[in-house]
Amino acid sequence: MALKGKKRCVAVVDQKTCVACGCCVKVCPCQAIRIVQGVVAQIAGEACVGCGRCAQECPASVIELREVQA
Amino acid sequence: MKKHWYDYLWIASLLYLLLGFFNILFAWLGLLCFFIPLVFSVARGSKGYCNRYCGRGQLFGLLGGGFGLSRRKNVPQWMKSHYFRYGFLAFFLIMFFLMLWNTYLVFAGAQDLKQTVTLLWSFRLPWNWAYQGTLFHPGVAQFAFGFYSIMLTSTILGLITMLLFKPRSWCVYCPMGTMTQLICKARRGNRA
Ligand code: SF4
Ligand code: SF4
Ligand code: SF4
Repeated sequence: MALKGKKRCVAVVDQKTCVACGCCVKVCPCQAIRIVQGVVAQIAGEACVGCGRCAQECPASVIELREVQA
Repeated sequence: MKKHWYDYLWIASLLYLLLGFFNILFAWLGLLCFFIPLVFSVARGSKGYCNRYCGRGQLFGLLGGGFGLSRRKNVPQWMKSHYFRYGFLAFFLIMFFLMLWNTYLVFAGAQDLKQTVTLLWSFRLPWNWAYQGTLFHPGVAQFAFGFYSIMLTSTILGLITMLLFKPRSWCVYCPMGTMTQLICKARRGNRA
């Protein structure tokens, strides 16, 4: 696979199955996550450093790390 | 990360469970874990209780995470499905109203006080040491036994899924969590 430019990881939430418990918010070192209106977690891609702590913590395992173009 | 006072509410949750062994009437305090989340969701459209103040979630997080009592595996797919989560909420509410009905019967004098704690909606444990009779009507105690049964049952379920899956797996199907999320969804829907 040809690499075009730099890549980095960001966390992405599966909005359909997120239970909005907020466990991810508590462990994020960058305050990149907030719970929107008590319904779903939202991750600010530009603030996320892709450490994966939220994904590890999420009880429903609905966070995934994805590669994006930096 | 900086700790706040509300990060220690797991102590209150633990204390609550212990107090029920000494005097069942303390079970009434559990209503706080029922009304506070509802107030957050109904009045402010947020899961602020789950997100910040829930001591039970913290307790599972601590035992499963800090003490390492969890296998840290993913919960099975069906457990996070809407069918299961909403189904469990419905079941939980039905059992809750049955408990209220039994309390009513004792208040009405149609039934005697049962000094038992029922685990997992089936196993009756004698619990008479925690009740010596009081100034209050036996119905007050009946509610306490019923409510404590619910709290202990959900703690046991939470502990089992904590061991098997992630520390806070209980939060995936916790009826209060599901109910408050539903209320928030309804509120968002109405405003949109
Ligand atoms: S921990 Fe998982 S389920 Fe809970 S709010 Fe975050 S993404 Fe949603
Ligand atoms: S991957 Fe790390 S930085 Fe990104 S949202 Fe999750 S916890 Fe925060
Ligand atoms: S889902 Fe239930 S146990 Fe988890 S934080 Fe919310 S109220 Fe507490």
